[in-house]
Amino acid sequence: MSLKLKALLKSPWVFHLSTGSCNNCDIEILDCLTPRFDLERFGMLLVGSIKHADVLLVTGSCNRMSVERLKELYKQVPQPCLVVAVGTCAASRGIFKDSYNCPVPLDKIIPVDVYIPGCPPKPEAMIAGVVKLIEKVGGAK
Amino acid sequence: MGKTIIPIGPYHPLQEEPEFFTLTVEGETVIDIDMRMGYNHRGIEKLSERKTFENSTFVVERICGICSTSHPYAYTRAVEDIFPMEVSMRSKYIRTIIAEGERIHSHLLWLGLAGHFLGYNTVYMWAWKLREEILDVMEILSGNRNAYAMFKPGGVRRDIKPEDVPLSVKKIDSILPTLDMIKKAVLDDPVLHARLKGVGVLSYQEAIDFSALGPTSRASGVARDVRKDSPYGAYQEMEWDMIVTENGDVFDKAVVRILEMFEAAKIMKYCLNNLPDGEIDAKIKDVPPGEGIGHVEAPRGETFHYVKSDGTNRPIRHKVRAPTFMNLPTYKATVKGQTISDATIILAAIDPCYCCTERIAVKDAKGRMLYDGKDLVQLSREKTAKMKRRMGVR
Repeated sequence: MSLKLKALLKSPWVFHLSTGSCNNCDIEILDCLTPRFDLERFGMLLVGSIKHADVLLVTGSCNRMSVERLKELYKQVPQPCLVVAVGTCAASRGIFKDSYNCPVPLDKIIPVDVYIPGCPPKPEAMIAGVVKLIEKVGGAK
Repeated sequence: MGKTIIPIGPYHPLQEEPEFFTLTVEGETVIDIDMRMGYNHRGIEKLSERKTFENSTFVVERICGICSTSHPYAYTRAVEDIFPMEVSMRSKYIRTIIAEGERIHSHLLWLGLAGHFLGYNTVYMWAWKLREEILDVMEILSGNRNAYAMFKPGGVRRDIKPEDVPLSVKKIDSILPTLDMIKKAVLDDPVLHARLKGVGVLSYQEAIDFSALGPTSRASGVARDVRKDSPYGAYQEMEWDMIVTENGDVFDKAVVRILEMFEAAKIMKYCLNNLPDGEIDAKIKDVPPGEGIGHVEAPRGETFHYVKSDGTNRPIRHKVRAPTFMNLPTYKATVKGQTISDATIILAAIDPCYCCTERIAVKDAKGRMLYDGKDLVQLSREKTAKMKRRMGVR
């Protein structure tokens, strides 16, 4: 395993990107960082810039305005970057599948490593998802 | 001194939602503000017109994760307004309980984020820790932390079990002392006084001119609350106070929200303790042709829904107006003349919810706006005329 990947798994810094979500997943992501769940004890930190991030948390159903920006952001992220689709909208567009403004699902735009379904997923589900992500990457060596 | 334009967003670390502001500044002073939207537009109204009346409830619930009660509540009231029908008292009480629970968690969420915007993360962590408790109550009552799926036209989808009531009341009672502590800590804190008093003042006249809603207007002394003005649900059944303050600054907006949480807890407890017996569902079979409006007091102000039916099982037109839509223009009055460092908390003070607000976005491939206000009115009139022709009205 490369040093970068090892460091990443030790303390994954996450960047959160809302591509037209209903706020629910975003609020639950913030909930993970507050005292009840407190993901920071595992070294996870919400960062303000994509250039500091190791993990990209994408929420929402990728509407036409945000697809361009999503691609642009994904270009700027230092590799390796792991992408987590949080919520049913990001995983499969869910109820917005028929909407005129949500043309393609997230995984057709950028590669996705982990899907966390739920509307919204509970913080426990998100923690389980991130643990699975770490296991997946760590197990690959 | 020359003018400088500062862009904020669309993906800014302080914002949970994508939105784009341009602040025009002269030195440190903000002299103008403009905003671009459309990053959150999902075409909910059109989507709702393709679903049945019952299924639309789930779509409008996904308009906003924080107002996930207000929108279904307003929508179900709009559908029930199309034809004369009576909702049972028990379902009215259950609706009120869920709506007030949402108010507490939404205001706590705002309080935490406001602390975060001020760089006062202690308030953020406290408020959100307490918010978990009220989410637990909601989980006991509805089975979900957010997006409760409790509403349906004609009643509620799920009953409150009698054995859950004492547990919920106990939990609400247990959060009140902590809430009181937070109230005192926030209201007596000299740092917050220095930071928030006299900042972003919305005067009484401006609140009326901009038609501000909810806590934004009540903080400016405009006593405007749908729960009092046009009572619905179980709000007439008990005594509660509308919180109105005079100054209209960010501090008063915080005061209104904090005190409202106590009122909401009072209403919730009353409803839980006095839950009447009866059916929870009026079992609507058909919705006849007609139109209906529904409005409720969301945590941010009045949420308004309009539903038009042509006698089929789908709404032919569904219009949503979220409170933030009315509160956003008050930025023009509050931000001007303030410093950039205060601008973030002033922008946050109305408790903006952009995913509620984004109902229309028309752009060409280069991102230019294609229609202005006049064109949209014209389009709306044409569509109404088309619908009238199709339905054979006049």
